[in-house]
Amino acid sequence: MSGTTLLKESGPREVFCGLTSIVWLHRRMPDAFFLVVGSRTCAHLIQSAAGVMIFAEPRFGTAILEEKDLAGLADAHEELTRVVRDLLQRRPEIRTLFLVGSCPSEVIKLDLARVAEQLNKAYEGQVRVLNYSGSGIETTFTQGEDGALSALVPLMPTSQPQESQLLIVGTLANSVEDRLKTLFNRIGISKVSSLPPRKSSDLPSIGPGTKVLLAQPYLSNTAKALKDRGAEILLAPFPLGIEGSRLWMQEASKAFNIDKGIVDSTLEPLIARATKALEAYKSALSGKRLFLLPESQLEIPLARFLHRECGMEIVEVGTPYLNREMMKAELDLLPPNIRVVEGQHVEKQLDRVNAEKPDLVVCGMGLANPLEAKGVSTKWSIELVFSPIHGIDQAADLAELFARPLYRQQLLEHKVLAHT
Amino acid sequence: MELTLWTYEGPPHVGAMRIASSMKGIHYVLHAPQGDTYADLLFTMIERRGERPPVTYTTFQARDLGGDTAELVKGHIREAVERFNPEALLVGESCTAELIQDQPGSLAHGMGLDLPIINLELPAYSKKENWGAAETFYQLVRGLLKDKVDGQTTHDPRAWKQEERNPKVNLLGPSLLGFRCRDDILEIKKLLNEHDIDVAVVAPLGATTADLLEIPKSDINVCLYPEISESTCNWLEKNFGMPFSHTVPIGVGATKDFLTEIHKLLDLPLKPNNANNESKLTWYSQSVDSNYLTGKRVFIFGDGTHAIAAARIAKQELGFEVVGLGTYSREMARPVRKAAEAIGLKALISNDYLEVESAISEAAPELVLGTQMERHCAKRLGIPCAVISTPMHVQDVPARYSPQMGWEGSNVIFDDWVHPLMMGLEEHLIGMFRHDFEFTDGHQSHLGHLGAGKAATDNSSLTESQKEDKAISESVNLDSPIWTPEGKEELSKIPFFVRGKVRKNTEKYARQAGCRKIDSETMLDAKAHFKG
Ligand code: SF4
Ligand code: SF4
Repeated sequence: MSGTTLLKESGPREVFCGLTSIVWLHRRMPDAFFLVVGSRTCAHLIQSAAGVMIFAEPRFGTAILEEKDLAGLADAHEELTRVVRDLLQRRPEIRTLFLVGSCPSEVIKLDLARVAEQLNKAYEGQVRVLNYSGSGIETTFTQGEDGALSALVPLMPTSQPQESQLLIVGTLANSVEDRLKTLFNRIGISKVSSLPPRKSSDLPSIGPGTKVLLAQPYLSNTAKALKDRGAEILLAPFPLGIEGSRLWMQEASKAFNIDKGIVDSTLEPLIARATKALEAYKSALSGKRLFLLPESQLEIPLARFLHRECGMEIVEVGTPYLNREMMKAELDLLPPNIRVVEGQHVEKQLDRVNAEKPDLVVCGMGLANPLEAKGVSTKWSIELVFSPIHGIDQAADLAELFARPLYRQQLLEHKVLAHT
Repeated sequence: MELTLWTYEGPPHVGAMRIASSMKGIHYVLHAPQGDTYADLLFTMIERRGERPPVTYTTFQARDLGGDTAELVKGHIREAVERFNPEALLVGESCTAELIQDQPGSLAHGMGLDLPIINLELPAYSKKENWGAAETFYQLVRGLLKDKVDGQTTHDPRAWKQEERNPKVNLLGPSLLGFRCRDDILEIKKLLNEHDIDVAVVAPLGATTADLLEIPKSDINVCLYPEISESTCNWLEKNFGMPFSHTVPIGVGATKDFLTEIHKLLDLPLKPNNANNESKLTWYSQSVDSNYLTGKRVFIFGDGTHAIAAARIAKQELGFEVVGLGTYSREMARPVRKAAEAIGLKALISNDYLEVESAISEAAPELVLGTQMERHCAKRLGIPCAVISTPMHVQDVPARYSPQMGWEGSNVIFDDWVHPLMMGLEEHLIGMFRHDFEFTDGHQSHLGHLGAGKAATDNSSLTESQKEDKAISESVNLDSPIWTPEGKEELSKIPFFVRGKVRKNTEKYARQAGCRKIDSETMLDAKAHFKG
């Protein structure tokens, strides 16, 4: 492994739980509904994280456990079945229903798998009912997507033994996804599908001929489940920035035995254009010091991009969880002596932020304004899971997300000067 | 089990956080899993606080559950006390920790710490945020003051006379994530000072534990937000004999009543010219321009305090017609029901925003006064709206001074409520003139484009007027009567915010009368029918 310093820390954390990923998953699959089985806290978390402006009936909700549900499990199972029945009656357009476990449902040992199984029988042919855990005692933030996708894997149809295809796994913005597919087609990979699909009922097939490229770094369990279905998991850096995206695509073409010359000639004009577009942000970011607090698991690939392509100096990279095998290609690209910290002691970590005085901190929404109030520029990590940032063409946009807060601070300082 | 798509109130421990964050020198150790830390953003984002809430979350994980979670809790308590050195410690649990029953409060008491420890038991599966805030404030005040209760309640609210000083009152109830509390405090202080009444303790917002100890030294308590401080005021009355005021000074009439009540409690004569109405609301409402406001149909929904106050202002001070009144707060159901009955309505007590939405659409109001959720729903229905109560968005925490209470509060209310109505009128005029060549297609009032960037519907680029038209053309349904082109044209001339109601009434009439086609005649018939 590289010379990076891998550290572990534990203590009070400040991260979202896996329920949060419902915020983007429900938008990706408009025919699915996410029903959290939990408490008022869970309901409040999702609406607060989403900053919801509800202009329509949302495709997520919470079955809130009440005192009487805690008394007997049998009754709670029955109650849940009733809630689901009411919901499905009200929303006949739902094709897939995810029952999402929470801390309370797990502590009282509500058996969501069993309820899902019974409901599946009752609604056969109409609605598929799945379950996974988004609880804070088991998962952080993006791991919720890992859970949801893992739950979909068993439902994927088996492909023909000889059928070769590329499967891109992890939620991407639709436009980015289309673009990546076009590029793969251009270099000669004709069958490219994605998980999650845009329609929950439109699951891609899977089998020994499937080669999986992970578009997001937080999908350990999904990757394992796909492997168990016979697919080959390709390990590469993640498609953030020019370099990461190039290596990511090259890994796929290697697996499909595509001539390197074709890949290079396809990507070269893109790379040239992106490099030019990146130039302006590079000068803004170069030499600036960056501290990433743990939240989305995108921290390591982001640090790699911001350091290698934008010249930022990395003070510390936090990550809520580190899968060394899947992250190896990324870690190898990081320069030696960078602190990579798995887990969190939020107070100690903020002490380090205060001591180091970085120019930019990537952090959760709860921490941003307190840091801004101390004069430290911040970037919300949740923005990164909502924005189209993947692929060579998006490299400049990705850099711009980090350059903007710095640029803004400069603007405001100038304004203050102009007034005094 | 209750199916919730969106909730008006958070869990009770968020209420406790509101009290802890409002005060100075308090720290709250909350036994809770990591996801519960989301609550910090309510304070740092909605209120734009530059400080983190003073909360340590134990963030226990599944793997801790097999082991000794009690030790984990104690470790966090020890560390928090060392690091933050608080004057008092709140200890409690969120929904999940309540199930594992580690009793963090008792654990803390057993640790030999040398500071006041308040054990919070907030049942997460039956109670909600405002209750949690009230209970926390009460437990905190009681915890700090209970040793001073002497059984003899000799408190005399007129003591200021013998002591030859100004009367002294406490303002109890303002908190973070309350509605405009920061500015209400300033306004009420100013109001009372004009009457030579001093404000001693303001709590919880901005108070220290030392301030709480001073509470019994004042003459009376002012219960500014009953949701948060009524239980505390009751306890102080019972144990210290301190009377408290019940009138919430929102609106001109209520501000007058408030002054009268305070003076009576203090046995202080109210000089008539001193109680002069200093609000412009009264004159603005009387001015000829405001004839336009007469009988405007208004639907009111919010927390108990603000909903009740809004109903009184709407009816008595602005000449609106209140067509709906309700609250999401079970604790305030009784007074809201009473207020609704007094104006001939049945109160809507509900937690379900979809039920509130359908009540609004049924009542067909011309203005909605509600929470951020009613603003969204009013937007969908194309009805003007003003926010009068929590829960709120970041834009409901304005930078400028904008209290709800006292004279200035009434001014703010006049502006905040009448402005959207005028915008609605503008919208109508734009709709009327939209066929004129001067008006290009893209012309919109603010109603048409605000929020459109986030709107998930493809209606977002339409003006309200066009949306209503769209709804009409989409409403073709086999058994409903058909609108003739001439009928449609006539309907489009009606202001969009009542157009829906007119359409519904006309169709209802047409169905009753058995006519299949609706033209302008049918519309006039229907109008006469429903007037009669
Ligand atoms: S951490 Fe657990 S209890 Fe808290 S919101 Fe997440 S799932 Fe619900
Ligand atoms: S700004 Fe105007 S349109 Fe928007 S919510 Fe307020 S009143 Fe309604």
